[in-house]
Amino acid sequence: MVSTPLSKWKLAAITSAPCGAYMNYAEGLMASNIPTSPQETAVDFQEMGLQDKLLRKPTNQSITRMSVTLQCPGYPEDTLRSLAERLPCRETQLATLLALMGQPDQYSYPSVFIYGHRATGKSHVVLSIMKDLELPHASVDCVECVSSGLLFHQVLSAFFGPDAAALLPRCPSLSDFVRLYKQMSSNSPATQTRYIILDRAERMRDMDFSLLPALLRLQELVNDNVTVILLSEIVWEKFRPNTGCFEPLLFHFPDYSKAELVQILSWDHHPSYTPELYASYINILLGVFFSVCRDLRELRHLAVLNFSKFCEPLEKGEAKESDIHKLWKNIEPHLQRAMQTVYLREVSSVQWEQQQMDEKEATTLRVLSAHAHIELPYYSKFLLIAAYLASFNPARTDRRFFLKSHGKIRKTNFLKKHEKTSNHLLGPKPFPLDRLMAIFYSVVDSRVAPTASIFSQISSLVTLQLLSQVGHDDQLDSPKYKCSVSLDFILAISRTVGFDVVKYLYDFL
Amino acid sequence: MSEIPLTSSVSKGCFVFKSASKKRKRHVGVGGYLVDDSDENGSDRFRICQKLWETVQTNTEVIQDQLNKKVLDSLAEFIKKHGLGCSSDNWRQRARETPTAALMLGVNVPDHAMTFRSLCNLLQDSVTPFVVSVHAKECAAVKLLIQKVLEQLMGRGVSVDEEQEDDTALLQRTQCTISALCQWYKTVTKKCTQVFPQRTESLTNSDLPQSLPVVVIFKDFEAFNSQVLQDFILICSRYTQELPFIFIFGIATSPSAIQHRLPHSVSSLLCIEVFHSLSCTQHLASVFDKLILNSQFPFKLSSRVIQVLVGIFLYHDFSVQNFVKGLQFSMLEHFKSQPLSMLCCQKQEALLSAKTLSKKNVERIRHLPSFMRYVETQEPQEQVQLLTNDEHVKEVCQQLLKNLHKYHKNYYPILQCLHSLTSSLPKFPLGKHIRELHVSCIEKNLWETEEYDSALQLLRILAKDELVAALRKCAEILKSTKILQNVLQQLEDFIGRLEALEGVSSEDSSGNGIISGKMEYQRTDLFQLQKTLLEKESRRTKRMNPFEVLRSQVIEFIDSLVREYLTPAELQPLNEVCYYNSSGVLRQRLNVTPRTSIQAALSHPFYYLQNESLKTDAGTISSAAPDLCIVYKLHLECGRLINLYDWLEAFLTVMSAAEDQDTNSEECGKYDSLKQLFQRWNFLVSLNQQNRRLTMWQD
Repeated sequence: MVSTPLSKWKLAAITSAPCGAYMNYAEGLMASNIPTSPQETAVDFQEMGLQDKLLRKPTNQSITRMSVTLQCPGYPEDTLRSLAERLPCRETQLATLLALMGQPDQYSYPSVFIYGHRATGKSHVVLSIMKDLELPHASVDCVECVSSGLLFHQVLSAFFGPDAAALLPRCPSLSDFVRLYKQMSSNSPATQTRYIILDRAERMRDMDFSLLPALLRLQELVNDNVTVILLSEIVWEKFRPNTGCFEPLLFHFPDYSKAELVQILSWDHHPSYTPELYASYINILLGVFFSVCRDLRELRHLAVLNFSKFCEPLEKGEAKESDIHKLWKNIEPHLQRAMQTVYLREVSSVQWEQQQMDEKEATTLRVLSAHAHIELPYYSKFLLIAAYLASFNPARTDRRFFLKSHGKIRKTNFLKKHEKTSNHLLGPKPFPLDRLMAIFYSVVDSRVAPTASIFSQISSLVTLQLLSQVGHDDQLDSPKYKCSVSLDFILAISRTVGFDVVKYLYDFL
Repeated sequence: MSEIPLTSSVSKGCFVFKSASKKRKRHVGVGGYLVDDSDENGSDRFRICQKLWETVQTNTEVIQDQLNKKVLDSLAEFIKKHGLGCSSDNWRQRARETPTAALMLGVNVPDHAMTFRSLCNLLQDSVTPFVVSVHAKECAAVKLLIQKVLEQLMGRGVSVDEEQEDDTALLQRTQCTISALCQWYKTVTKKCTQVFPQRTESLTNSDLPQSLPVVVIFKDFEAFNSQVLQDFILICSRYTQELPFIFIFGIATSPSAIQHRLPHSVSSLLCIEVFHSLSCTQHLASVFDKLILNSQFPFKLSSRVIQVLVGIFLYHDFSVQNFVKGLQFSMLEHFKSQPLSMLCCQKQEALLSAKTLSKKNVERIRHLPSFMRYVETQEPQEQVQLLTNDEHVKEVCQQLLKNLHKYHKNYYPILQCLHSLTSSLPKFPLGKHIRELHVSCIEKNLWETEEYDSALQLLRILAKDELVAALRKCAEILKSTKILQNVLQQLEDFIGRLEALEGVSSEDSSGNGIISGKMEYQRTDLFQLQKTLLEKESRRTKRMNPFEVLRSQVIEFIDSLVREYLTPAELQPLNEVCYYNSSGVLRQRLNVTPRTSIQAALSHPFYYLQNESLKTDAGTISSAAPDLCIVYKLHLECGRLINLYDWLEAFLTVMSAAEDQDTNSEECGKYDSLKQLFQRWNFLVSLNQQNRRLTMWQD
C-alpha cells in the first residue's frame, strides 16, 4: 500500500540536474551515503561545508559566484539569484536544501531535521525559500501549539483552506488528521511538494508521544508528496523516542564565523553614512565583543545601541569619516562599558540612547540590577534572615547559635563529613516551618506574638519568590521552604536592621 | 430543646449546636447592628459614621490618584509613543521587539489593585481601548493565559478545551490562539477607522498609520510561572508585525526579577523600560496628613491606636489599604461602643445635637473622666450646677465642644510648624516623620520630655540663615491656614528683625576675632591658659551679641507656642467624644493570634459555642463539653511529661460519666485520633518512639 518507497526520492535526488561543480560533489556524497546512518550524513554535510569554505576563501567573492552557480531546475532563475543575495553566508545551506528538495513535482525526503545554534538563520533560510519560490507550505511554531489539535488545524488550513480545517472534530486525534488529510489530498493531489515546517520542534517532545514518529513518516501515512522540516536548537539524539522511529535527514547549520558576522552586520548600514564607515564600525564592535558574544541577534542589538555614539564626532565635525583611529578612541570606552551588560538587556535601547545623551562624565550606569534593593516590612526582613540562616546552617548547629548556654563546639569534629563542605557552595537546603519560626523568635530582638500576619508574611515572601516552598502546595501540616536570595542581598537586608548575619552563619565561623 | 448536645466531634468532623431560640430572626440591615434597643440615637451615629467613611474613601482615592499621576502619565506617554511606531529609531526596524514597561510597585501587594484600576481607566480613556489585565492565579498554563487575554479583548467566551461541548461556540467557534486574535483585531481596527475617522485622527494626531496598541498588564509578575510567561512572550513576538502588543509588568520586588524569570532568548524580545511608583511610606505620610492631621475630620485616634496602626504598617505589611481599613474599623468600633459619638461631627451639627441631648446622654457626659476632671476645677457652686442641672450641662457642653474644635484648629498648624523646625535637626530628636511628633504631643506634655529639650538645644545653636529659612517655612504654613494671625504677625516681626540684624552681627564677630588674635601672642603657662579660657567662656555667656539675644527670644516664643497649643488631647474635656482609644480591641481584631484563639476555644468552649450547658467553673471538667476540650483540659493537668496511659484512663473516666453504656473501644479510637490532632497542632511532641508511654508536652 505504501507507495512512497525510498527509491522514489532517491531518484529525485539523483535526477535533479547538477548545479555547479560542488553541487555535484554534494549529490555524490548524498547518493553514496543514503544507506548509511543519517548521523554520518550530517557529519558529511559539515565536512562538505568546511571544504567549501576552504575552497572559497581565496576568491572571497562568494555572492557573485553563488549567483552564478545556484541553479535548480524547476525554479525561476532570477528568484533563486535574489534569494541567494538575500541570504548572505548561507549559500551552502541554501544550495544543499534546494538539492534536497529537488524539483517541485518530485518527491522529497519525508522528513528533514535542521539544527544549529540560535540566530544561525535556520527558520530564516527555510521560510525565505518557501516564500520566494512560492511553494505550498505550512509554517507552525510549536510553542503556539498548546495541543496537537492546533497543529493539525494550522497545517490543514494552510494546505486546503480554513474550510477543511473546520472539518476537524473537537479534540482531534492523529488518525483524524491523517484521514482528513488523505481525503483532502485525494480531491486536490499535490502538484508540488508540500512542506510542513515545524519551528522549535523540541516542544514536540512534550506533546503526544506518537506525534513525532508519525510526522516523521507522514509521507507514507497520507500517501502524498509532503515533507516535514523540523527546526530545532538541540541535536536529534535528544529527540529520538524509546520505541524507535523513522530517522530524518539531519542537517546542521554551523555558527557564523567572524568574517561572516562582519558581512551580515554590515548589511544594515545607516542610510546617511557610507557603507564603508559602517563596516569599519562593525569591525571595531566585533573586535570588542566577539570574544564574549557570537549571537547575531545580540550583536545587532549592540550595534544599533552604540552607533549613534560612534557617529558623534562626525556630527560635531570633530572628525572625518576617514579618521578611523579617532573614532575608535572615542567609542572604545563606551563599548567596554556596554560589555558589562551584554546579554542582560538591562536597559532598553531608548533608555540607552537617552543615557548616552545625558551623560556628562563617568556616571555609573543605572541598570536594572543596580536597583536590586527591596523595601520590606520590619518583620519580613527578620523572617527572611531567619530563613536564610535555616537554609544555610546545618540544623545541628542551631543549638550553638541560638542557645544561650551552649557548650563549646569545635567545627571540625562536630560535623559529619559531608557537612564540612561550604553550605554556600551546596546551595540552600529546605527547612520546616517550625525551625524557621524558632530561629525567627531568637533573632528578632523584641517579643513578637505569633500573629496571623507573621504567617501571612511568610506566604507573601513566597509569592515574591524570595522564599520558595518545597514539595506540594497543599501540604498544610508542616510546609517546607527554601530561601532563594543571595548572600549579598541578605547582607544588605540585615544591615538595614542592624543585625550581623555573618556572625550567625556556620560557613563563616 | 435543652438536651445535652452531641459532641462526638472529631469522629464526625463538625459540631452541630442548634440555637436555643427557635424564633426566626428578623432581617437586619447594616445599620441595625449599631442600633440597640437601649439607646435611641444609634441610627444617627450610624449615619454620621457612614458619612465620615465616605469622605475617608474619597480622600484616599484622591490622594492615590495624585500620587500616581506622574508615573501613570509617563506610562501612558510610553504606550502612546510605542503605539505610533517608535519614530525615534525607525531607521532600523526593531523586528519582534515588544515594548515593555516594568512598573515597580513595592512589596505592598494589596495596594496594587487600586493602582492598576486607575491605570486601566487612564489607558482606556486616553490611549487605547484594548487593555487586558491578567492575574497569575488565573493563568497556570499558556492556554489559560491566552484564553484570558482573548476573553477580555473580544468580550466573549472562547473555548479552551476542545472537549467542552458548547452550542454557541459551535456556531462561531474561535480557536483560542493569538492568530484568531489577529484576525479579530484586523476587523475591529478596520471598523474603527471607518466609523470614527475623525476620532482616530484626534487620537493619533498625525499622518502615521493609525494602530491602537494592545496592552497586556501582568499584575503580579513574580507570581507567574516563568515557563508560561516565556511561552506567551515567544508567541506574541511572532505577531508583533500585525498585532502591536505592549506589556506592562507589575513588579513588587526589583527589576532584576525580570532577569531571574526570563532567559536571554526571551528577554531579548523585549524592549524594557523601568517606571518607579512612589514608595509606600510616602503614600502613608500623605494619607496621614489628609485624614488624621486634619481639623476638618472630626474623628480622631488616640496615640495608642495610632501606634498600633502604624506598627502594623511598618512591621507587617506596608499596606496603605490595610491602614485605611484599620481606620475604618476603629471608626465603626468608636461609633458603636461610644454612645456620645453622636457629637463627633462637624461643629454646627455637633452643637445642634448637644442642645438636644437626652437625659441618659447627659448622665453619660457626667461620667466621662475628662468631664469629671473639668468639674473638679470649677467653683463649688458651679460644680453643684453641673451635677444637678441638665440644661446647664448642655450649655457647658456646647461651650466645651467649641473649645475642642478650636483646640484642633490651632493644634495642627502649630504641629506642622514645630515639625518643619525640628525635622532638619541632626539625628531627628523629635522624630523624622510628623506622625511621631503627633503621637508624642497627644500622649503627654511634650515640653516635659528629654527629646524636646535636646531639640530646643539644637535650635539654640542654629545659624542665622538656617533659622530665618525655618521661620519663613513656618510663616508659610500659618499663612495657608488663615488662623492664628497674631502668631503669624509675631513670626514675621521676628523674621524682619533677624534680617535687619545683618550689619550689626558681622561687626560684632569681627571684634571678637581681634581680641582672640591679641591673645595668641602672649606667653602663657598652663594655669594662665586655663584661666583665660574660662574667662573667655564666661564673657561669651555674659555678652551675647544681638543675634543671639534675638535667637533666644525666638526660641522662647516657639516654646511658649508649644506650651499653649500642643497640649495633650486627653486633657481636653469631652475628648472621649472624638478620640477612639481602645487600642487593645484594635490589636486583638487586626493582629490576630490563631494559637491563642485555639487555646481559648479548647479551654472555654462556651466562649465560641454560646451554649449554656457548657458553662463550667474554673476547676471542673464537664463531660458535656466536646471531647476535644476534655482531652485538652486533662492534658493541662499533667506536668511537662504526660503518661499516655493515665491520660487515656482519665479521659475514659470522664466520658463514661456521661454515658452509661460501655463503649470502651470506641472511646479509645476517639482518643487516638484526638491525640494525633494534638500532635499536629504542636501541643504534643513524642519523646520516645520505642517506649510510647511518655510524651512530652510542649507549649
